[in-house]
Amino acid sequence: MWTWAAAVLVAVLLFNAVSTPGFFVLTMRDGRIYGSLVDVLNRAAPVGLLSLGMTLVIATGGVDLSVGAIMAIAGTVAAGLIARPTGSPFQGGRPSPGLAVPLGLGSGVVAGLFNGVLISVLELQPIVATLLLMVAGRGIAQLLANGQIVTFSDVGFAGLARNAFLGLPNPVWLMLAGLLVFGLLTRMTSVGLFVEATGSNPIASRYVGVNARAVRLTVYALSGLCAALAGLITTADIQAADANNSGLYLELDAILAVSVGGTALAGGRFSLVGSLIGALLMQSMTTTILTRGVAPETTLVLKAAIVVGVCLLQAPSFREAVAARFGGLRT
Amino acid sequence: MADLVQLKGVGKSFLGTVALSDVDFDLRAGEVHALMGENGAGKSTLIKTITGVYKPDSGTICLEGSPIQPHSPADAVRLGISTVYQEVNLVPNLTVMENLLLGREPAGTLGIRWRELRRRAEQALGRLSLNIDVRAPLGSLSIALQQMVAIARALDVSAKVLILDEPTSSLDADEVESLFRVIKGLKAQGIGIVFVTHFLEQVYEISDRITVLRNGKRVGTWNAADLSRLELVSNMIGRDPASLDRVESREVEDASGAAILSARQIGRRGSVRGVDLDLKGGETLGLAGLLGSGRTEVARLLFGIDGLDSGELKVDGSRVSRVRPGHSIKLGFGYLSEDRKREGIFPELSVRENVLILLQVKRGWYRRLPMRRQEELAKELVLRLRISPPDIERPIQFLSGGNQQKALLARLLGVEPRLLILDEPTRGIDVGAKFEIMSLVEDLRKAGRSCVFISSELAEVVRTCTKVLVLRDRHPVRTLTGAEISEASIITEIAGH
Repeated sequence: MWTWAAAVLVAVLLFNAVSTPGFFVLTMRDGRIYGSLVDVLNRAAPVGLLSLGMTLVIATGGVDLSVGAIMAIAGTVAAGLIARPTGSPFQGGRPSPGLAVPLGLGSGVVAGLFNGVLISVLELQPIVATLLLMVAGRGIAQLLANGQIVTFSDVGFAGLARNAFLGLPNPVWLMLAGLLVFGLLTRMTSVGLFVEATGSNPIASRYVGVNARAVRLTVYALSGLCAALAGLITTADIQAADANNSGLYLELDAILAVSVGGTALAGGRFSLVGSLIGALLMQSMTTTILTRGVAPETTLVLKAAIVVGVCLLQAPSFREAVAARFGGLRT
Repeated sequence: MADLVQLKGVGKSFLGTVALSDVDFDLRAGEVHALMGENGAGKSTLIKTITGVYKPDSGTICLEGSPIQPHSPADAVRLGISTVYQEVNLVPNLTVMENLLLGREPAGTLGIRWRELRRRAEQALGRLSLNIDVRAPLGSLSIALQQMVAIARALDVSAKVLILDEPTSSLDADEVESLFRVIKGLKAQGIGIVFVTHFLEQVYEISDRITVLRNGKRVGTWNAADLSRLELVSNMIGRDPASLDRVESREVEDASGAAILSARQIGRRGSVRGVDLDLKGGETLGLAGLLGSGRTEVARLLFGIDGLDSGELKVDGSRVSRVRPGHSIKLGFGYLSEDRKREGIFPELSVRENVLILLQVKRGWYRRLPMRRQEELAKELVLRLRISPPDIERPIQFLSGGNQQKALLARLLGVEPRLLILDEPTRGIDVGAKFEIMSLVEDLRKAGRSCVFISSELAEVVRTCTKVLVLRDRHPVRTLTGAEISEASIITEIAGH
């Protein structure tokens, strides 16, 4: 499913190996590995996490546009609990960094459940339901922050993004842990099968008794949880929560990562590994463009072109058309 | 009377499958001509060749004596042949008048001339003696009125021929009556009407002549008054009750014990009404009737896909208020839909996953079947039903129709259901597979399980079932049991008179 995405990822990395001296060089300093490759992994982590939740949502035939906004909410909750800014709902208490992670993640789950209820109980279309929170979520985050950028200084919480374990930055480990947890959840229980059945044929899945409502609630809650973790990482990284810009447009990167990774937007079969490869591909393209010194305005255009290319390569109809065309020339 | 439309020797094949062969058909001005036939008889292909959707492979079509070759539905409309389909193909959130003149709005220099549009819309409806507010959104009208708006739209362009393709299938009795008033009015205006329906009563109420198609051939054309219902049904099904012997009737010991499922006067608005049935272990109940007689609707009510409006359903003697597929499965019921593609298979998923999903749903979210056990079970079922190729990891979409059907049956057998509801389990599959499926049903019955069996093939119903509930025009007519069951008796009950 994701062979083409992996092939393009390798091609992009090889291009860098040739054109940017030292791209593959890794150095060890203070028990930590440094280098462009580690940088790509580290920066890909937020979108990688988003894409894990997004994969399950898309596999049910839905989409979650609100993940960027949920990142902002979770980040603001965490920052608010630590910094206690005046005028905000967090004003007055003692700084409580210990609550930042659980309550931050909890806010993401609540937001995800809100999406899930709109979609599975009130039967709104996923794109409309999550668009609501995509717009309103940033408003909520601003209310929580009292309209300010909440800055804080807390070594413990910042360590979530800045510290390293076994030489690799924590976000990389969190992304891999996410993959492991989601992989176990979907393949060791029947969640994966029910998700694929719901997306593949909703009518048939109703007739075999799959509880589509519970399936949808679960995947949107999980997507909210992933988004919250991504939000906590970015907030910890810059030690500030910016309700307006945290996670801005990242829902689009996540959707692209999922579709590049071989999960059909119409639902059905999904690949978590493919989505992570997709996320890495997106980040390696960004890094490439930045290190090549290309004007940043062109970044998005180039990304789009490569994504279109990978999606075409995956489409059987396109491959057949190409084969027919060039096969015809050869004979 | 002069022939308005005349078809001579029309034939049409699709990829080697003959859909129509050497069909003659004629329509006179001012008559209602019913076109009857079971599934695959060729009704829709015939209509589509007249309306320019398909180009016939052979034969000629004449309109008022001169040959025509409509190459698109729009072309047919220009020639004066209009069609109204079962589903209303209009835009629900536009107004009635916009729908009536969609695509041919009177335009001035400043866009649409709304006053003219309204005047012409009212004129079109007036022709059918309809009094509808033309400014109301179409979606706010009942289905019957929407249907009539569709007819008015079809007639707005000086039509000579009107084809009504199952216009009454979603209408209630009084709505049908008002539709028929409109049809009679059009008849008086000299329009020739082709009427396709599955409802026998309606055929005799409205039509002048009847043409029966079967397997792509014309069986015959009769004046409605000269053709008895029994003859009509025999011709549609292709069996003559007089020539059928009763060797098929079966010796079955009376099933004892309490009813697993019993229904009293169950029904649903716009669907079936007043259905009674009892099903014990070791019984196979056949639902017989023409297409559209309500067979599938009964099956859907029993499994809980559609909710009941009236009557009550008892499972093991206790009343169930709200039946849903999820509950039915917990009760040990299994359902096989007649629409394999849309309602049965998960196309991208493997045969293994397709076969075992029902079992997994019964086990719940956490108790996932270990992969080794899945492979064992799937292989066992694939072998038992002789699904080919016996590759359990192949996506089911790459299997042939018959093998997909067997996989869906394997899905049900995997949970060892107490009650199976099989809607057309043998449709569209080869003879060998048909036979295997029927002997499977017989084995299950002998093992004390129950089954509801629906088939258009009466021979299959007679061979398989211990009881047969005959339905006509969405009403149960009679339950036949034991030695009463024969093709002849079923046909007689379907025809009714």
